[in-house]
Amino acid sequence: MNREQLGEISRKYGALIVLILMVVINAIVTPNFLHINTMWNILIQAFSVIVISMGMTLVIATGGIDISVGSTMALASIIFAKLLIEYEMSFGVSLLAALFASCIFGAFNGILIGVFDFQPIVASLILMISGRGIAQQFNNGVVISFYGNKYSAIGTYRIGGVVPIQIVFILLVVLAAAFIVKKTNFGLYVQAIGDNKTASKLMGLRTTLVLVGIYVLCAFLAGFAASLETLRMCSADPNNIGLNVELDCIAAVAIGGTSMSGGRAVVWGTLVGALVMQLITTMMNMNNIFYAYALVIKSVIIIIALYLQKEKES
Amino acid sequence: MGNEYILEMKGISKSFSSVKVLHEVDFRIKKGEVHALMGENGAGKSTLIKILTGIYSRDGGTILFDGKEIHPADALEAQKAGISTIYQEISLIGQLSVAENIYIGREIKKHGAIDWKAINEKSRELLAGLGLDIDVTKVLSSYGTAIQQMVAIARSILIDAKLVIMDEATSSLDDDEVKILFNIIRKLKAQGISVLFISHRLPEIFEIADSLTVLKDGSLVGEYRTADLTRKELVSKMIGHDAENIVEVKRTYRKVSGEEYLKVSDIQSGIKLKGLNLTIHRGEIVGLAGLLGAGRTELARVIFGIDRKDKGEIWIDGKPVEFKLPAHAIGHGLAFCSEDRKVEGIIPNLTIAENISIANMKEVSRFGVIHHAKQRAVAKEYIEKIRIKTTGTDQKIKNLSGGNQQKVILARWLSMKPDFIILDEPTRGIDVGAKKEIEDLIREISAEGISVLLISSEFEELIRNCDRVEVLRDGKNAGCLRGEEITENNIMSLIATGKVETGGGQSE
Repeated sequence: MNREQLGEISRKYGALIVLILMVVINAIVTPNFLHINTMWNILIQAFSVIVISMGMTLVIATGGIDISVGSTMALASIIFAKLLIEYEMSFGVSLLAALFASCIFGAFNGILIGVFDFQPIVASLILMISGRGIAQQFNNGVVISFYGNKYSAIGTYRIGGVVPIQIVFILLVVLAAAFIVKKTNFGLYVQAIGDNKTASKLMGLRTTLVLVGIYVLCAFLAGFAASLETLRMCSADPNNIGLNVELDCIAAVAIGGTSMSGGRAVVWGTLVGALVMQLITTMMNMNNIFYAYALVIKSVIIIIALYLQKEKES
Repeated sequence: MGNEYILEMKGISKSFSSVKVLHEVDFRIKKGEVHALMGENGAGKSTLIKILTGIYSRDGGTILFDGKEIHPADALEAQKAGISTIYQEISLIGQLSVAENIYIGREIKKHGAIDWKAINEKSRELLAGLGLDIDVTKVLSSYGTAIQQMVAIARSILIDAKLVIMDEATSSLDDDEVKILFNIIRKLKAQGISVLFISHRLPEIFEIADSLTVLKDGSLVGEYRTADLTRKELVSKMIGHDAENIVEVKRTYRKVSGEEYLKVSDIQSGIKLKGLNLTIHRGEIVGLAGLLGAGRTELARVIFGIDRKDKGEIWIDGKPVEFKLPAHAIGHGLAFCSEDRKVEGIIPNLTIAENISIANMKEVSRFGVIHHAKQRAVAKEYIEKIRIKTTGTDQKIKNLSGGNQQKVILARWLSMKPDFIILDEPTRGIDVGAKKEIEDLIREISAEGISVLLISSEFEELIRNCDRVEVLRDGKNAGCLRGEEITENNIMSLIATGKVETGGGQSE
């Protein structure tokens, strides 16, 4: 194997190599790491980031970015809890309302970006800042809790008493994202727009529609993740839910190998990236490493992952 | 004796992910000669140059430069060895002065401070030696490309370059500027500096090069003295088959009997289009001739719904149409192959199969789900039909040569079964072999009933292919030529004066 082939492998599987390393290191240093419950916990904690980063992968594949997903989570969470708990509306209606509100946020981003040609980071900055405020004023910034309520068991439900419900949704969302990217026209358009928007327009692709759709999808996933998180925690805290989640999602996408300038969407890479991010956090927590150090170590691992898959300049 | 050559590359091989792009190529340049490196796109010219200048590493072979073996690991090392490269795009710093650009990195100092007076003085002398008298204290970007190139050459003289590589250096120069550049090349030669010259323009090669090396498909074809070759012989060595057809084919005039397909009347838009008319019949190939800025591309963009018109009307099959988006035009059976393949054509990281089918996904999908086998089958059909040279349907389009990329784009449009296709400079920057194939294809599709609007700056291309040529001049129609009237002379006079010299031919 020569140097170039080695480079090719590290470019393609850099994220995976880091993930395997993280698992091996954890297996050695972290007590009880290889226990099945530890695994479930890691996945449950990674749930939001995995689900939202699937949307983020597609957004970034178009050459865009959405930094408002944290605020969208706050909005969905508070609307869901408010309707379900305070107004005692049905579960279905509350969930739909939360998802619908999220989609409105997504449409706002998408229209600014797709129709009015705003820069994605600026467009989504608007809702990143104001969205959480909007969410907070729904309940005057007060947390809605519902411990011991009839809904409080849903979020911790385990299928057959074993598999946490989050795992099922992670599987569904990742498979759906992979399907969209690999098998659908929409997925192809997304990547084409990110790779060459001008050419995409000239060949008659409805770039505006695709862009609006992709931001709506991303916000929808944020709303969905927020709803399930709300159920798991039995509380809706618009001040804290999804705080900084956009950064973890973007990091997951970057580690996973999707180019920040758009183009090919690497869905499995994002999944690996999200798991890497979570494993780092878990390792720090379970080994009682001081939080400030944890952040530094996190960034070092991100740098390693990005370095491994750096395209050779040509 | 053994030192007759400044550069001797022997047995150079290079592969990119198992595709061999150079097969043990030998290449050498004598001291003080101008040597041209010739070959179609994809022949391996640029790979060879990049190995020489340290941008790529080589898999095998040796490089002797000035008698010593070198292993340049990057451009700087190659430069230190005495190899200087002048690119088509200037790689100097536009915001610095001419003198600063020449002396950056080797400033003359006096009492520890930069001696600007000396630098300016010496820069002036250096440029004067090249026959260039300009104000060296002005910023570089205030001068045109030609002068910027000469500044780059002056810099390479200063850094004691023994070999100056000019990679398509003339492609953005006009005739007068090329003349000045050639004078400078002759001066370099007189100083014993060798020049490696790369250009697509054959007349330039025959004017300036002492000898040349031809590459084809990554292998050496041969090394020749320029004086021993005719132009036709050179072309046939480059494309590897008889070049007769390329140079000589003259289109026989067809009287197109098809009914009127497209009619454009009095199109005005901005300052570029000042009332243009155009008619195209079914199956007709109509050429658009004119200088840059005459309104050719601009007219095409208005017809296709990319740009807005201020005034005027467009009819298709006798019905007025109004396209606000390319998608609308495409829905009416129009296709538009842009002159800027990189920016407006290819989706670089998608595969050939995806690039071909992407604008027409309904053919290869059901309920929005892609049928990959069908997608590949469509691609295969076109790869065979128009001879796209590729390792397979799943190769990324960005890894193809320019000519093959263009064929993929054409396949994309043709797969949509258009009634009318606009081709804007379809063979620009494409090697001779692919160019001929694309021209053949254009005539083929017109025989199938597709109308073609062919925009080209190359008169021979228009003469070879068009039933009619509409000449534009300054945003207006200058005149129309048919069949036998389409000659270089007539097109030129229409562009220059708006009249045909020997009567007739004026129409509309």
